[in-house]
Amino acid sequence: MYNTDILVVGAGAVGIAIARELSKFNIDVMVVDKKDDVGGDASKSCSSCISTEFTLTPGTLESKICQCSRPLFDQLCRDLDVPLNYCGSITPAVNQEQFEKIPSILKKAFDNGVYDVEYRSKEELLEMEPNLNPEVLGGVYSPRDTQINQFLLVVAQAENAAENGVEFLLDCKVEGIELEQGRVSLVRTTKGDIRTKYIVNAAGLGNDEIAGMVGECDYTVHPRKGQFYVLEKDTPVKVSHIILSIPLPQTRGKLIIPTVDGNILVGPTAEDLYDKDDKKTTKEGLKEVEREARMLVPGLHMEDTITQFVGLRPAREPEGYNILVSEKARGYVGISGVRSSGLTGSLGIAKYTIQMMREAGLTLERKKGFKATRKGIVNFSKASDEERDRLIAEDPLYGHVICRCETVTESEIVQAIRRPVGARTVDAVKRRVRAGMGRCQGGFCGPQVLEILARELGVDAEEIRKRDGVSYMLRHEK
Amino acid sequence: MRELECDVAVIGAGPAGLAAAAAAKKNGAEKVVIIERDSSPGGILQQCIHPGFGLNYFHEELTGPEYAGRFIAEAEKAGVKVLFNTMALDLREEELMCSGPGGLLRVRSGAVVLAMGCRERTRANLVIPGSRPAGIYTAGTAQRLINIQGHMVGKKVVILGSGDIGMIMARRMTLEGAEVKAVVEIMPYLAGLRRNKVQCLDDFNIPLLLSHTVTDITGVDRVEKVTIAPVDGNKDPICEESREIQCDTLLLSVGLIPENELSRGRGVPLSSVTKGASVNQYMQTEIPNVFACGNVLHVNDLVDNVSRESERAGRNAARYAAGVLPVGRPVSAVPGENVRYVCPQRVIPGGDEEIRLFFRVAAPGEEVTVSARSGDRVLVSRKAPFVNPGEMESLTISAEDAVGLTADITVEVKGGAR
Repeated sequence: MYNTDILVVGAGAVGIAIARELSKFNIDVMVVDKKDDVGGDASKSCSSCISTEFTLTPGTLESKICQCSRPLFDQLCRDLDVPLNYCGSITPAVNQEQFEKIPSILKKAFDNGVYDVEYRSKEELLEMEPNLNPEVLGGVYSPRDTQINQFLLVVAQAENAAENGVEFLLDCKVEGIELEQGRVSLVRTTKGDIRTKYIVNAAGLGNDEIAGMVGECDYTVHPRKGQFYVLEKDTPVKVSHIILSIPLPQTRGKLIIPTVDGNILVGPTAEDLYDKDDKKTTKEGLKEVEREARMLVPGLHMEDTITQFVGLRPAREPEGYNILVSEKARGYVGISGVRSSGLTGSLGIAKYTIQMMREAGLTLERKKGFKATRKGIVNFSKASDEERDRLIAEDPLYGHVICRCETVTESEIVQAIRRPVGARTVDAVKRRVRAGMGRCQGGFCGPQVLEILARELGVDAEEIRKRDGVSYMLRHEK
Repeated sequence: MRELECDVAVIGAGPAGLAAAAAAKKNGAEKVVIIERDSSPGGILQQCIHPGFGLNYFHEELTGPEYAGRFIAEAEKAGVKVLFNTMALDLREEELMCSGPGGLLRVRSGAVVLAMGCRERTRANLVIPGSRPAGIYTAGTAQRLINIQGHMVGKKVVILGSGDIGMIMARRMTLEGAEVKAVVEIMPYLAGLRRNKVQCLDDFNIPLLLSHTVTDITGVDRVEKVTIAPVDGNKDPICEESREIQCDTLLLSVGLIPENELSRGRGVPLSSVTKGASVNQYMQTEIPNVFACGNVLHVNDLVDNVSRESERAGRNAARYAAGVLPVGRPVSAVPGENVRYVCPQRVIPGGDEEIRLFFRVAAPGEEVTVSARSGDRVLVSRKAPFVNPGEMESLTISAEDAVGLTADITVEVKGGAR
């Protein structure tokens, strides 16, 4: 039996932002997630943009929260040492139909309070982004759109929250919620019962299931599949801005995104599904991504792909952000409808949700000694010769390169495992320090990461998993 | 920061690096150093515990570790110094920057030999659709896990690609108690050596499905099944004829890519076909003090060839460091009919060594004539009973025959196309 004041369900961008925000106060907070690691589902497999979301419908809760949320990232990324690529975005019109939509896009940006979005001519755009489709007619430039390492965004907040007392229970699925006199009192999970005063449902795709447990589910959630390509760092045709598409009735278009780590991300599709486990890439989907991305940057070298992946965004019906502080089941807080803007919206959602909880009677008192900052694992690959020498002198494991493609050392992998809310699986190591994220996709470093994990966790290599469930790396049938 | 000066620095203590270093030492280089990231020498041969090595070079059959052992002893005897647990990070004009447990190490040398080997193509390179569960390994990674680390990777296996490592792993997995359900090859012919098909597949009744590919991978956590389909003449799958194979593991043996990141950082021009450096007959790249050999130069199927070619690289790196390597204006060695590439890509006429041109055919053939000519002048010609893209061929031109050449050398394989 565990005891807490506030239980957050879901360790994705939204759940972790809420937990970290709550860790500033004198209150017990616990996070549970059915997965093996923090980072969520949609949050880790998304376009990884923190943007001004200037194309949202003005006046909606989603627009309001995203506009307030975007500026919060500048401080958070400084405090928690999260890399943010201040690249800006370009939305080019590559045909007349798109070109005619530019005035309405500019008007929408203005109505959303994004005053720095401006028109750019064909010549200006081609100078900013020489690989753009030469048939571009003009387009929109948004300087404050950024790209973030979405894994580290969540991991950094989780580590900091843990430092400030938040407890984590992973590989833990919520199975039921019990009320006492109309108030949340007990949550049943696969890892035992948790007594709590509040439950915050930030379970993304699994949102409706949790809401149903307290009878607050008057909506449905289904997955919207997005398929992506990741291109190698040294692919010859790159972009330096996020390239967005102007949606047309027949397609919403694709994005081309330069990541902080130097890769190019291309995608996504938007396919409505009913199977929440369907994370399969398809030939057709990947072809669509390629075809539509080429409308923006025709010269992309898609053969330089190092991986393809699927993200499932939770699509709510009816649509739109919804933050519910339940009266029927007091202590239940439901966050639903958070879709592709969710990463951008996450910090704002946390602030907004906590304010609503306060208005409904939650009292919060600031914690003395709250640690506001966190340092990331120092990357050997990004260090200068002098820094590298110093790192190895301090920890000889920095002298042992494990992942040759991304130049990741044993020290970084060990730190990723030993830190609070540390890595327990091969993929969790990869997301924290990029071992296995390069061109050979773990072919060389995978067997070594496996041994390091087993050694650090004090288990047999056969116990080591790729990620959740029964994803054992070695012979899984005993 | 530690510093080290030497005549020849070799990157990699695999078969290529060991042979190159020993040869450099024997040919006058006083101080020869190998930079090796692993804690022991031998490179990938350490995990190749099967026999079949050395038939060509030693005229006897050895295992990978035995074959490597001969060259390790040779390098030791010659007085080569190997720095283990040391990773070459950056090849610069003036130095090779390395890191190891003692900190950074700046290596300055008269010549550098690139011998970093290659990596395996991945599932992502092929863009195989499906989910991304555990249980998908490249054949070499599985080989390391089984032979070096003593772990079993799966019990019901499908292998995509009929490369040599794939076939060898089909046998290895079978011997370890796994059931290999099929080896699936997209091309209408074998990718690896024929002898491996006989010894690794036929002898164990493992079906080889030519002109087939994997079209889907299913499994949430661990591989549950793969879908395979025959392909048409354009290598497009015929989905109506697809079928599923239940398995927990998919091994990939779908090609190797030279690991040229260091070379690229130094600005060494690479061939778009071999993905390795463009070299002359001395194994010298277009950056005069940089030489290359082994699988970082072009992917080989027999280590015996690697050893010979690497000895050439080491010898000539030593001669370059001593200032006695011949120079001259090269002619190109180019692929002609039914030849995919030729390596070396350039030949300096009037040199003092015989010239060995390695090449691969584009398509299989029987009873063919293999020749090299410069303009209308045939330099060398021979008959071959059988050629296959999976088996590297070579032609040797004597130094005298290359004197005074002005026209490009074209290598061609004529007649007998299947």
